[in-house]
Formats: sequence, structure tokens, C-alpha cells
Amino acid sequence: MNPLIRWFHKLGSPPYFDRFAARWAPWGYGLGLLVMLWGAYGALFLVPADYQQGDSFRILYIHVPSAWMSMLVFGLMALYAAIALVWRIKLCEILAMACAPIGAGFTLITLVTGSIWGKPMWGTWWDWDPRLTTELILLFLYLGVIGLYNAIDDRRAAARAAGLLAIVGVVLLPVIRYSVIWWNSLHQGQTIRIFGESTMDPSMIQPLVWMLIGTKLWFVGALLARSRADNLRREAGKAWVATLAGGSR
Amino acid sequence: MKATSPLPGLPGTASALMRRDLRLLWRRRGDALQPALFALLVIVLFALALGGEAKVLASVAPAVLWVAVLLSGLLALDTLFRGDAEDGSLEQWMLAPVPLAWLVGVRTFMHWATTALPLLLATPFLAELMHLPRGQLPVLMASLALGTPLLSLLGAVVAALTVGMRRSGILLALLALPLYVPVLVFGAGSVAASAQGMDPVGALLLLGAGLVVSLVLAPLAAAAAIRIALN
Amino acid sequence: MPLTDPPAQPLLEARGLRFARNDDPVFGPLDFSVDAGEALLVQGDNGAGKTTLLRVLAGLLRADAGEIDIDGGAAGPARRARAIAYLGHLPGLKADLSVLENLEFLCGLQGRRRGQLPEHALGIVGLAGYEDALARQLSAGQKKRLSLARLWLSPAPLWLLDEPYANLDLEGIELVNRMVQAHLRAGGAALVTTHGAYAAPPVRTRLLAMTRPVAERAA
Repeated sequence: MNPLIRWFHKLGSPPYFDRFAARWAPWGYGLGLLVMLWGAYGALFLVPADYQQGDSFRILYIHVPSAWMSMLVFGLMALYAAIALVWRIKLCEILAMACAPIGAGFTLITLVTGSIWGKPMWGTWWDWDPRLTTELILLFLYLGVIGLYNAIDDRRAAARAAGLLAIVGVVLLPVIRYSVIWWNSLHQGQTIRIFGESTMDPSMIQPLVWMLIGTKLWFVGALLARSRADNLRREAGKAWVATLAGGSR
Repeated sequence: MKATSPLPGLPGTASALMRRDLRLLWRRRGDALQPALFALLVIVLFALALGGEAKVLASVAPAVLWVAVLLSGLLALDTLFRGDAEDGSLEQWMLAPVPLAWLVGVRTFMHWATTALPLLLATPFLAELMHLPRGQLPVLMASLALGTPLLSLLGAVVAALTVGMRRSGILLALLALPLYVPVLVFGAGSVAASAQGMDPVGALLLLGAGLVVSLVLAPLAAAAAIRIALN
Repeated sequence: MPLTDPPAQPLLEARGLRFARNDDPVFGPLDFSVDAGEALLVQGDNGAGKTTLLRVLAGLLRADAGEIDIDGGAAGPARRARAIAYLGHLPGLKADLSVLENLEFLCGLQGRRRGQLPEHALGIVGLAGYEDALARQLSAGQKKRLSLARLWLSPAPLWLLDEPYANLDLEGIELVNRMVQAHLRAGGAALVTTHGAYAAPPVRTRLLAMTRPVAERAA
């Protein structure tokens, strides 16, 4: 059998996944933090100020990677959920449910940084900008998945139900996005496109790339750490967990 | 072996389920008015809160009417599967010779016909209360005619996900509302567009397209959710 | 009582059936079969997994491992719907509908045996005269009899009966036994769960004893 497939099968065994996650989560966190610090340094000190927005545009270096991650993590969550539903792989259930709080966190950061970024330009903390409004609805979708997962007692049925909701959400997300953009053009005409696809000078892109890489690495660390915790909780009572906790009784 | 009789097919089971639901509706005909009464109440609350002046009400009429219909549909969603889940009828549906998705679709249609249709009939009256300009009424009716079945179908998926739970009222609403956003946007937006002199057909066509897609996908998703929830 | 020769192919066959909830094993691995004309008694204490087993066989739950064959072929939804009638804990009756209306709906949903009328079935189960009574007004025992009437009208050859004697008086228990006997004589089969306290149907029976598997726990 293909060694890669064999490794996937091995990963599905709870004790093996525990060891794997315990080993690699710190790397994800550590490397991610380092790369993000380097990107932040570049964003704060190396990049020249924007001629239009001054220094306040620097928050883009947190806002844009967070926004990307909020969408990416939702897609990943739906993918894990689909695998879990079709092939009934328990590990994918755990991974999918671990994605939800992390994605919700990124969404919250996107909203807060977006609001801070917009304040100098709009004069208010919140303007119903289409992208931020979509992020807000995305946050509700995340909270719905988390809420549904916590509301059902049977952990496996809960993960499958919340996973189905995530899949429905990911299918509707483009529709929601399009509807909000349409709604905005209908009611508010053209607003100042702060978050638009503006062309960036190459000198400004580098820290963004570092931040993009850094957030992904950090996400891997967080996903492995949360999945490990959920895995241990589900397997609590089994012999291997007791030995891990420090001596069997 | 006993003489085998032909098992009911799609039309047979559909008509049996529809007859059952009509009978159940007739036994509790008072309940059929509740969604319409709730929407009326929401209108009254808005009018009281906004001051009752015709111009103010007319400016927000399409939005308030849409929100009232949406909220009353949300409340009615609880009755979609709960009764059948509690007395074991859903189990019998799963044992029928037709796909569960088919029965879910028929049930959702009957639920829409018994909760949203009276609401649609009451809409012209509610629109009058909100001083909706006469010219906007046809667009509003069209958007509701396309939008309410879509809300029922999307709501069916969420209702199916929470069917096993005892106190799922607010959770149901939290799960459904993000999914409802596009329907609300295009529904209320079509009326707003026509009020601004633009063509509402684009938005209405999008609602129609969404309805067609949901007619196929939503019952399948809801059936899968029911199987998960009743596990 | 005449014994029929066992047919070549069992009506239901289960191999290596396993089910776990939240990683706690509920039953398994189980191997058994049910032939036409015989009844399989599933005995076990509370919590041994009898109800779960029946629900897995009926298709309401999915087993974690194992195979189920019906009439020689792998059990899919179509085969199950044709072959199985399930009597579970919940009666599946609408409280606001009358006895006859409930029967009419369930027959419309799952089919009706040729030559059998709902009114006739009500007479058999002792509910004659209750045709127009609302299901809400029936006692627990009467609701059970109504479920039995629905079972009687079902064209399916395999009956899965989960605690069929519950809520019934002595006369009701006799009724169940008579029904199972007639059903088996006509070539059907039945799988009956019981605590073991009640009288078993007087037909050719096999026994499947279930005990709760010991979960893998830390010492």
C-alpha cells in the first residue's frame, strides 16, 4: 500500500495522533509566531507610510491575513466535515470541530481590525461595508456551528450535525457574499473602497506575504493542539490515556 | 408467503402525507392563523415604535413587512418536524419505500402551505397598515411568493439538525438567520429597487433560481440531518 | 404444532454486527439468521442493546461493522422497505387523528396487504367500535393494539417487534402470540425482544441472548 495512505490510516489511531499532534503543535506555534513577528516588524518599520492613509493603513497587515484565514478555515472545516460524513472518519470529525473556534477567532480579529482601520476614514466605528458585513455573517455561521456542536450530547452525532451545517454554510457563503455586495450597491452607492483590491507597491507586499505564511503556520499549531485536546477528552477512560496521564491506577 | 401487494410509490406516499397534514390542520384550524397574527403584531410594534406617521412607515414598509414575515416563519419552523419526531412518525417515514428526502419535501411544502400561505394572503392588508405605496405591492407579493418557500426549505435543514433537541428555540433562530440573509436581501431589495425606479426582475430571478436549487438540495440535506439527529 | 422444513435461504442474516455509541460498545460482534416460518427471541437485561439491535436491522441506525443480508441480498433501503415491518417503542400515531385515519395514513405510507381491510384488522386486535376515536383518547394498551393492527396490515414478511408485550394485559399478550403464530404459519418471520419474563410465542423459536460487552477501560 502507498506509504502516504498507510500514514493517513495510522494517523486515524487516537494514540498515534496524540503523539503526532504533541510533537508538531509547538513547531506550528513557534514558527508561526516567529514569522508573524518578522512580518509585523516589516509592516511597522520597514514599509513606507501610505500617501493617502498615512500610518493607519498598517493595520492591513493584520486585517488581510485574518480575513483570508477566516474564509480558508471555514472551507477547510467544511472539507473535513464532508470527509467525516462520507467516510465516517473520527479524526476528521475532531479536526472539523477544532477548526471552528480558531476560524471564529480570526473572523473576530478581522472585524475588530477592520473597524479600527475604518474609523479614521468613515468617522464611525462601523459602516455597513459589504466585506465587513459578510465577515459578520460569517462569524454568526461559525458561532452556529460551535453552538450546535455543544448542544448535542452524543459527541459523534454532534460533530456530524455541526459538520453538515458547516457544509451548508460553505455552499451558501458565496451567495451571501454576492447578496451583501448587491445590497450595498443598491442602498449606499459607491463607498470609499478602503478594502478594495488596490494595487500595492511591491515594496509593501513582502511583510504581507510573511504574515500570510505566519498565520497559516500558527493555524496548524492551534489546530493540532485543539484536536489533541478533543481527542484526549473523547478517549478519556481508555488505558492509553491513563498511562499518558502519569501511571495507571 | 402472503400475497405481495404493490408498495406505494412517490405519488401515493405524497398524497397520503398531504391528506394527513390537511386533516391535522383541520383538527387544529385555530393554529393556522397564528403566523399571520404574529406578523400583524410585529407590524403593530414597529408602528408604535416609529410613531405611526404615514411617510415614515411608508419608507420602511417593505423592509418591516419582510422582517415580519421572516420572523413569523422562523417561529413556525419549530412545528415542522417536532410533532412527528416526538410521536415516532419520523421513524415510520424512514421505513417507507420512498426516499426520506421525498417525504421531507412534501412535508415542508405542506408546512409552507399551512403557515406561509395565510400570511401571503394577509400581506395586502398588512401592507395597508404600513402605508406601502400601491405600486410596490405587486413586487412585494412576488418577492414573498418566491421567498417564503425558499425560507421554508432552508429552515427545514436547520429544523432537521435540531429536531432531537428539547429546548432549541433560540439556537434554531441563530442557525437559520445567516442562511436567511440572501433571501431577505434579494426579497426586500427587489422592492427597494423597484421603489428607486430600477428593474426588480433581476433580484426576483435570483430568488427563483435559489428556489429551484433548494427544491432539490434542501430536502436531501434535511433528510441527512434527520438521520444524524435521530441516531 | 407442525414444523416446517427450514428453507434454503434465511429471510434475514447478520454477520459480525457491531455497534458502539460514543466509543462505548453496545453490542457485537453478532452473527445470527432468521428463516421464514421461525421466530428469533432476543433476550437480555435492560441496556444489553436489544432495542439498538432492532433499530440497526430496521435501518434506523447504521452499524459500525458487519453485514446484513435480506432474502439473500445486501440490505438496502428498497429491500428493507419491502421486507421489514418495525414495531418500536414510539407508536408513530398522530394524537389528533382518529384510529381509522391513522391506519389509513400508515397504510398509504408503507403499503397494505392485499385482501386485508383496516376495519377487519381493528376487529382482530379488539378495537372494533373505536374507528372514530381520536388516538389521543386511547389508553397506552389501546395504542399498542392500534400499532398491532398496523402491523397486521403490513405486507412485509419480517416483523421486528421491540417489546411487543409492553402495555398489554393478559388478553393482549395472547393477541400478540396469536398474531405471531398466524404470521409465521403464513411464511413470515419475527424477531422479538423480550426481558424473558413474559410468555414467548408458541412457535418454533431460536434464542439470541445479549449481554452488554465490557468496555475497554483503564485498570
